[in-house]
Amino acid sequence: MKFIDEFRDKEIAEALIQRIQKTSTRPIQLMEVCGTHTVSIFRYGIRGILPEQIRLISGPGCPVCVTPNGDIDLAIALSRQKDVIITTFGDMMRVPGSTSSLQKEKAEGRDIRIIYSSLEALKIAKEHPEKKVVFLAIGFETTTPTVAVAILQTKEEKLHNLFFLNSQKRVPPALTALLQSKQVKLDGFILPGHVSTIIGTNPYQFIAKEFVRPAVITGFEPLDILQGIWMLVKQIEENRAAIEIQYRRVVHEEGNPIALSKIDEVFEKDEVRWRGLGLIPDSGYCFKESFKEMDVRNFDVEVEPTREYPECLCGEVLQGIKSPLECHLFNKVCHPENPIGPCMVSIEGTCHTYYKFQ
Amino acid sequence: MCLAVPGKIVKIKKNMARVDVGGFLRDISLDLCPEVFIGEYVLIHAGFAIQKVDEKEAEETLDLLKKMAEAI
Repeated sequence: MKFIDEFRDKEIAEALIQRIQKTSTRPIQLMEVCGTHTVSIFRYGIRGILPEQIRLISGPGCPVCVTPNGDIDLAIALSRQKDVIITTFGDMMRVPGSTSSLQKEKAEGRDIRIIYSSLEALKIAKEHPEKKVVFLAIGFETTTPTVAVAILQTKEEKLHNLFFLNSQKRVPPALTALLQSKQVKLDGFILPGHVSTIIGTNPYQFIAKEFVRPAVITGFEPLDILQGIWMLVKQIEENRAAIEIQYRRVVHEEGNPIALSKIDEVFEKDEVRWRGLGLIPDSGYCFKESFKEMDVRNFDVEVEPTREYPECLCGEVLQGIKSPLECHLFNKVCHPENPIGPCMVSIEGTCHTYYKFQ
Repeated sequence: MCLAVPGKIVKIKKNMARVDVGGFLRDISLDLCPEVFIGEYVLIHAGFAIQKVDEKEAEETLDLLKKMAEAI
């Protein structure tokens, strides 16, 4: 078993679609929180094969997309410092800040390097002791423990030239904000499989207990997604609200305790800003006292005033309030070659997915 | 960015492993998922194994789905 092709079986998919059709009796709206789910849903044409009364809405689960302009502007300002090397995941390169992007800065000769793992930032820092190396730590709970390991190793190896622009975010508080705002009617959540690999089921219990909505932690292959939707439809039809796991091969109730302990060692929860959703309590992390010397936000660097592109609807798209098709810029001035907002840049961004598959 | 893929462990050295991901070999950290053995599958994200892939659970899910499909 390779855990991929087995979950793409056509006959089982057809049977699941039939089950969903037979079980569903009322119009419902389900949010797929994770951008990787949005991509899979479009790639396999899942929206088109569901009964009309089941509507899927894309949520805020694209870390690049929810990173506020201020953080991108800070990264750009840092890249302009003579003694700084910026290290970043590739997705961040083309995200437009207020007036520039990391890609434009690289073209201007700034030392900006794309890396695949946080540990590569350590390697670069060791190779360049004369430089300050900054890692742009963007991501959700899937990525946070990998950043925590890099921070712990930086401390252990007494490296004094590696710093972190921490923009890690926590998914559950964003779901609270979405449910509280009531701008979109949500009958259930397709919860992110890989975030949940780390955090398990506990942080989501409020969805069922306080908001009485069902939610299913779901994998990313077509059978996973269809089974996840079927489980949600069953809960709704049976008037139940529970947090269930479809993606059992990698998600356990307790999550990954080692990863959680690494996060806990380095970070504490903090109120942070999300593009579109604004400031959300406990939705991110700040450094614990003994790691604060690695926080790049302590640098004395002048950052340009933050500006948003006025007509860009990324903020509304991230909350499921608007579809990319409602944006006047979509597929006109804003396309993957010339992205105006981050949702068109990231391969997990809702606008990018609409552009690619529609 | 939360993309993660399953890979088969082919070699382990201290806290690092070499994994086979669809024929491509990659070196990853086992710091977040240390209790694994050669031949097992792990879920890989940003250069780290973040969880062991449970073959028994995968088979149970598929069995359940196959039975459901046959019952239609």
